[in-house]
Amino acid sequence: MIKLSDILFREVALVIIGGGPAGLAAAISAKKNGIRDLIIIERNDWLGGILPQCIHDGFGIEIFDEALTGPEYAQRFIDELNLLEIPYMLNSMALEITLDKNVYVASPEGLFCFKAKAIILAMGCRERTRGQICIPGTRPAGIYTAGVAQNLINLKNMMVGKNIVILGSGDVGMIMARRLTLEGAKVHAVVEILPHTNGLPRNHQQCLIDYEIPLLLSHTVTEIQGRNRVNSVTISPVNKELESIKLNQRKITCDTLLLSVGLIPENELIKTSNVTLNPATGGAFVDENLETSVSGVFACGNVLHVHDVVDFVTLEAERAGKSASLYIFGKQTKSKRIRVEAGSGIRYILPNFISKKTDIEMSLRVKHPGEQVSIGFFDGKKLLQTKKFRKVHPAQMIKIKLKESETRAIKTLKVRVLQ
Amino acid sequence: MSKYKVKIILIEKENDVSYGVSKSNSGVLHTGLYYPPGSLKAKLCVEGRLMFPKLATQLNVPYKLCGKHVIARTEDECKDLENLKNVGENNGVKGLKIISGEELKKQEPNIDAISALYSPVAGIIPPYLFTIASAENALENGVKILVNTKVLDIKEVDSGYKLKTTKGVFHSTIIVNSAGLYADRISAMIGLDKYKLYPCRGEYLLLDKNCSSLINSMIYPVPPKVAGVLGVHLTPTLEGNILIGPTAEFICNREAPATTKEKIKQLIDGAKQLLPKIPLNQIIYAFSGVRSKITPPEEKDSRDFIIQEDLRNFFNLIGIESPGLTSAPAIAKMVVQMIEQNIDLTEKVDFNPRRRRTIPFHDVSRMEQASLISSDPSYGEIVCRCEHVSKREVMDALNNTFSSRTISAVKYRTRAGMGRCNGGFCLPKIVDILQREFGILPEKINLKNLDSPLFVGTTKGLRQDDKIE
Repeated sequence: MIKLSDILFREVALVIIGGGPAGLAAAISAKKNGIRDLIIIERNDWLGGILPQCIHDGFGIEIFDEALTGPEYAQRFIDELNLLEIPYMLNSMALEITLDKNVYVASPEGLFCFKAKAIILAMGCRERTRGQICIPGTRPAGIYTAGVAQNLINLKNMMVGKNIVILGSGDVGMIMARRLTLEGAKVHAVVEILPHTNGLPRNHQQCLIDYEIPLLLSHTVTEIQGRNRVNSVTISPVNKELESIKLNQRKITCDTLLLSVGLIPENELIKTSNVTLNPATGGAFVDENLETSVSGVFACGNVLHVHDVVDFVTLEAERAGKSASLYIFGKQTKSKRIRVEAGSGIRYILPNFISKKTDIEMSLRVKHPGEQVSIGFFDGKKLLQTKKFRKVHPAQMIKIKLKESETRAIKTLKVRVLQ
Repeated sequence: MSKYKVKIILIEKENDVSYGVSKSNSGVLHTGLYYPPGSLKAKLCVEGRLMFPKLATQLNVPYKLCGKHVIARTEDECKDLENLKNVGENNGVKGLKIISGEELKKQEPNIDAISALYSPVAGIIPPYLFTIASAENALENGVKILVNTKVLDIKEVDSGYKLKTTKGVFHSTIIVNSAGLYADRISAMIGLDKYKLYPCRGEYLLLDKNCSSLINSMIYPVPPKVAGVLGVHLTPTLEGNILIGPTAEFICNREAPATTKEKIKQLIDGAKQLLPKIPLNQIIYAFSGVRSKITPPEEKDSRDFIIQEDLRNFFNLIGIESPGLTSAPAIAKMVVQMIEQNIDLTEKVDFNPRRRRTIPFHDVSRMEQASLISSDPSYGEIVCRCEHVSKREVMDALNNTFSSRTISAVKYRTRAGMGRCNGGFCLPKIVDILQREFGILPEKINLKNLDSPLFVGTTKGLRQDDKIE
């Protein structure tokens, strides 16, 4: 017979959900801004999120002006967290956020209910799967998302296959192409449905070109074969509408298919709360304080929008930590906000609302790659600011600062790519 | 049969029970609308469905009588509904009623139709859980279950039958052939080669749980005029997913059911017709199963189940397609009655009809969750984040009575891996448990059966033969 136990209720000023780069930076910033009563909830048995499995370098260039590996980058923040004596719970999974900001958490120590004044969402993102893109064929062993393969290889020393095809040229996909090659596997092709790579140009150079790994643009995997283990995949060219065509189809013999076909902010937790989500990013709608549609609930990092570089996650999370502390101390000033709209050529822009009271750094992504591209900010027909870029790429986040003096008098704000 | 003092062996060629037809179907408890009165399908379906509430409770398998609407979108289809209602009533189905489009709208706000046939007692059940539970209960009551055992040959001998298998030779008085997709081949081993099964693949799409509010009951079209096919329908699952499917396509290869581009498109089109606002970006998985049809593709009317003693003490169960799941308990009862004609069956006094089941963390209240964790801290360690499955449940699933220690064994017992991440997040954790708690070597970790290795070894393994330059 199971004895009835109580839910462990705790009152806490700030709950940070997720102990990855966003959660760590948000917690450190909140603490530095005077919040003593805070806790990080982390579902894994380590801090740092995805970073410990990212053993390649290139992290920290923006913040530290050094190229660190993922574990090194994470450790700098973990050390600071420990120095600041910020509490965290590992192996602990936030199950639910209620409308009155109670956070239910399952952990081996018990079922907790944190009654929070403010919450920072920092749950990161997950990978799009084979099921979601409905690749036809059988369902054998040997189909992995690139991040899962990275976890298994780099953290568990498990080798996922010998003959590999990678679908999708996202950053993790390209990095895994190199990693698997270094481990002695043969990467037969990286297949990309778009006419350009879907990851950072530097990864295209350093991971594919430098290792002579074939990149097949405007192609996709149209069938997976094999009963128990993958034994081949069919690849087909696609037309302009990205539909596969039968012409020039071919089979590649392989034992593994890796998928790097997109990342999705992991927002299921807030679907029971009143936070409204932006279909363009998969994350919450936020204002310049990174506050969501629910007052006192903030979002930062990949759960808000998928970032290209972890340094930007850190910087964004620091702002979320500061905003949350202002909110908790009652120093947040609410004022009339206007909506920021993404116009033609822009996939999304953040924040979604601004109050015109301070300088604001906007993050945006373009829809298509291009050279000599100008991006303009408009109030109705009036052009407020133009920024010129030598090169733009959808995989690369663009940051543009708007001065308070520029926005003070505006009635609307729309950003678009200028023809 | 485990109720009686009989020595029983259940032989399964795969690594786990419920591996074939039983796992990949809609999981519907049918009421009996479609089958000709007097047929075994009609009789056993109605009888079987009535047995389910008690049986599922005893076996501790969740089920729900969510009801079903067959919708008519043309005047012709409205007439078809009348026919279906008459057939159903002749088969003894209770509570059938034809409702108007407006009435339907009250129960199913997202469905448009002229009228609908409502069947209140139709239900849903996870078919794999039911099958696993039945096997576990049989095992507890003395049945020996041999997995990874393939029957190679059957010979008639004086005392009964001699079965040659990959795990040795067995002698038995009675054989029940319930080999599903391979029932025709098993029958042929003993010379009864008059049966031929026509494998008919059905593909499905699965929607995320966050779509659960779109429908409250099963939504079926009027069956297309193809033998034994019910048409692409929408089935809510107990956990809140929506299942779209199945298609119907005769295929040659019974193994390795695949999905196809054409059928995925057909499913999407079919689903849109039933539920125009279906959010297709919420598809999380595509899969397929294969029906064991005894009806040839060219025949218009669906043939009945074959459940008969074709040779003395050799019972064939062939062509058990839909409504096979619903009928299963009634089929079992019928087979017991047939066996009882041949041998004396004495009931065991210690037969235990109840099966214990690990309480799923996700299914209970927060208070009960708190209690579960304090009784066992591993209940507080969530392995599968999409379905909120705890380490305790995963451990119990891996400790299953058939020693089936695969990723699939965990998936079908706990739902870990059935969610929107397709098992990406829980896989490394389950792999960890398999290595640490069960001492299984990396290259011995399988996805589903014994030949589906997840790994080729450990890292650096492939480079061992590299020459140092």
